[in-house]
Amino acid sequence: MIMNNEVIIDKIFKGSLRAVGLVLLGIPLLLLGVMFFYSLPSIKAFGFRFIVGQTWDPVKGMYGGLPFLVGTLLTSLIALVISFPFSFSTALLLSEYLEGGILANMLKSAIELLAGIPSVIYGFWGLIVLVPLLRKLEMTMGIPPYGVSIFGASIILSIMIIPYASTMSREVMRLVPGDIKEAAYSLGGTHWEVIKRVVIPTSRSGIFAGILLALGRALGETMAVTMIIGNKNQLTFNVFEPGNTMASVIANEFTEASDTLYLSSLIELGLLLFVVTAIINFLGRKIIERYEIKGDDGALLNE
Amino acid sequence: MKESVLFERVILGSTEEAKDIILQLVNLSAYFCESRIVKNINLAIEKNKVTSIMGPSGCGKTTLIRCINRMHEMSPGGTTKGEILLYGKDINNMNAIEVRKKIGMVFQRPNPFPTMTIYENVIAGFILNGIRLPKNIMDEIVEDSLSKAALWDEVKHNLGKRGIYLSGGQQQRLCIARALAMKPDVLLLDEPTSALDPKATAKIEELIVQLKESVTILIVTHNIAQAARVSDNTAFLYLGELVEYEPTKKLFTIPRDKRTEEYLTGKYG
Amino acid sequence: MSDVLIKKRILKDHLAKLIILAISIIVVVPLVLILGYLIINGLASINLDFITNIPKPVGETGGGILNAILGSGIIILTALILFVPLGIGGGIYVSEFSDTLLSRILRLSIDVLQGTPSIVIGIFTWVICVVPMGRFSALSGSLALGVMVLPIVLKSTEETLKLIPMELREAATALGVPYYRVVLKVVVPAGLKGIASGVLLGTTRISGETAPLLFTAFGNPYMSFNILKPMSSLPLVIYVYATSPYDEWHKLAWGASLILILLVFGINMAARIFFSRRDGR
Repeated sequence: MIMNNEVIIDKIFKGSLRAVGLVLLGIPLLLLGVMFFYSLPSIKAFGFRFIVGQTWDPVKGMYGGLPFLVGTLLTSLIALVISFPFSFSTALLLSEYLEGGILANMLKSAIELLAGIPSVIYGFWGLIVLVPLLRKLEMTMGIPPYGVSIFGASIILSIMIIPYASTMSREVMRLVPGDIKEAAYSLGGTHWEVIKRVVIPTSRSGIFAGILLALGRALGETMAVTMIIGNKNQLTFNVFEPGNTMASVIANEFTEASDTLYLSSLIELGLLLFVVTAIINFLGRKIIERYEIKGDDGALLNE
Repeated sequence: MKESVLFERVILGSTEEAKDIILQLVNLSAYFCESRIVKNINLAIEKNKVTSIMGPSGCGKTTLIRCINRMHEMSPGGTTKGEILLYGKDINNMNAIEVRKKIGMVFQRPNPFPTMTIYENVIAGFILNGIRLPKNIMDEIVEDSLSKAALWDEVKHNLGKRGIYLSGGQQQRLCIARALAMKPDVLLLDEPTSALDPKATAKIEELIVQLKESVTILIVTHNIAQAARVSDNTAFLYLGELVEYEPTKKLFTIPRDKRTEEYLTGKYG
Repeated sequence: MSDVLIKKRILKDHLAKLIILAISIIVVVPLVLILGYLIINGLASINLDFITNIPKPVGETGGGILNAILGSGIIILTALILFVPLGIGGGIYVSEFSDTLLSRILRLSIDVLQGTPSIVIGIFTWVICVVPMGRFSALSGSLALGVMVLPIVLKSTEETLKLIPMELREAATALGVPYYRVVLKVVVPAGLKGIASGVLLGTTRISGETAPLLFTAFGNPYMSFNILKPMSSLPLVIYVYATSPYDEWHKLAWGASLILILLVFGINMAARIFFSRRDGR
């Protein structure tokens, strides 16, 4: 083979592309490594007790993560439950009832806008509008009117995650083949019956994937939550009390962490958060891959 | 060169006259991974003639010509065995990029570059290789290539328009002009009219016959009538094997192989 | 089938439609409320003073967010300059060599990176940049935002290039164009629109991010153009002012929020208008 300039340049080009690939691979690997390495002091000190320990006391040097695990779980699950009817309904409306037209486009745009609002603005709005409302509610309920609470954070979170489950479910429902729907219609089914008996069962795993994606988003959400949840490091199942999530306690205390163990414990919380989110996102994507969905808003689906 | 002795003895079909051979395939086989698509072909292509490679779909003809401009190796699992001699030199020992400058190709579906004007499309071979020529030379090349491709009169006032705004037939002639601008020795045409209407097809067939004066043409076609109209020599390929190779008149009137006869009479398609 | 039963089913059908419609419309309510508050309160705070001054000390009225606006600009621009070429290069690699092992592992890890909570990225950047440097800096903020924009740019580049038809490459290759030129002069230019819109979309995503900046850029009450020092940023000032007990600062937060949202939605709209979407919709 006669080597000349072009062939050499081609080789260099291909080599450079591969090099870029390797370098980029290094970033997530480095992240994992860093998170793990800096969690080691905490892991060595507490081991498994970190996950079940109820006390988070920087003064005493006791770091138990259970309050935050519970806080994260509560906020995310409640947010999912609250948001589900809305994401499900909008998905159904936009895929089964409204084919196009002004109302459909407005609703689609509204959902996209909701997804685009920065988290810190959600938090700010929540502080000014939602928290006083919650205080009034708590006063009528006869409980301490904190306002800032796990419940408050869950509500804001639920608004924020609606677009994710909605868009994913909508796309999957649109993929239900027209011919099986027509078969159901021709047997005399009403629209709702076709939806209930054909569309929903067929889209089931896609809807589930949407929920997983929304959950992944909720778990990692930091700013809005930290502004509304009250930042109290206590283990509680009373949603009207203030609390903290893994993400919000890191945001709140990281810059004040004065010793290695404190920092390491916070970072270990981050590591746990990272791992759980990664698994959930991975599961969600595996399900999506089976559908090979190309959304009409690629940016949103790629979250 | 020993190659010229080889050429003297080459058997073109059943005739033994010494011909002016420009391209020679020697024991050529082409594979996709393990499966052999083109089986041991020996073929000598005459200079400045039109040679058609004809056969039913799946017989390997497209794979065959893609070997000749070294594009087959770019398909996943594509490998070749044997030699392809251009003026006696094996192109497999040459730089693939050099080969493609000497052996041009026009594809089944016209593929002008959508972001380039007609003018730019013709000299795309130079532009994309970063070769900068003085304007008057570029103008000359463009006019010359478009004229050879029988497109000059239709577009000479619209050279600044984008290539994709032409009709299908015009686009294909643009692609021919683009290939001709590189002044290749051989031009490979892979079913160039199968995506075109009859009128456009007729124009391109006319063009092919005129072009052979300046460049050797190898055309792949599954259209028997086209092969009869356009080519001087015809090779019939079936299931990857070269069944028969004769001057066109001879192959079409007195085919030697039963399979050729059956194909010509439409027993299979 | 009995008449009554059919009537019941039809009633159910209408009821279902009504409920679904009602619930869906409720979704618009929080959007309207949030945007409404933003516009009303934000407009009240925005004046020429607001965007041309830096914040005044606590207790004094007035002051502005000029340092935050410029800070956001500098941090985001630096992040883009550092990471967009990497993202495009990675996208080219993954679409050209999509069957290799490295490619598949890379895709998976980029997906993981994209789903990583932004606070975790903040921790990561703190470790690799703030700690060695010994202080907070705009540069570390840019690194954090860059790591976040990387997956978006890479994936949109990959998606765009995958859609470029094979024929375009073959036409160029058949003309004797070497591989690197086919990629750089034919494939990538053909995909420029999609790549650019991906970059813009990524920019809107990172413009609103606060968590990764909390312990990297950290914030700065003064004007600064030094990327090696802490720097202010729109989301950061919103956070600080919003969570403060001072009404004056709340006003600033509304103004900053309105500007941020105009920025985010503005770039988004620009991306949609100037780069028609790949699937033509």
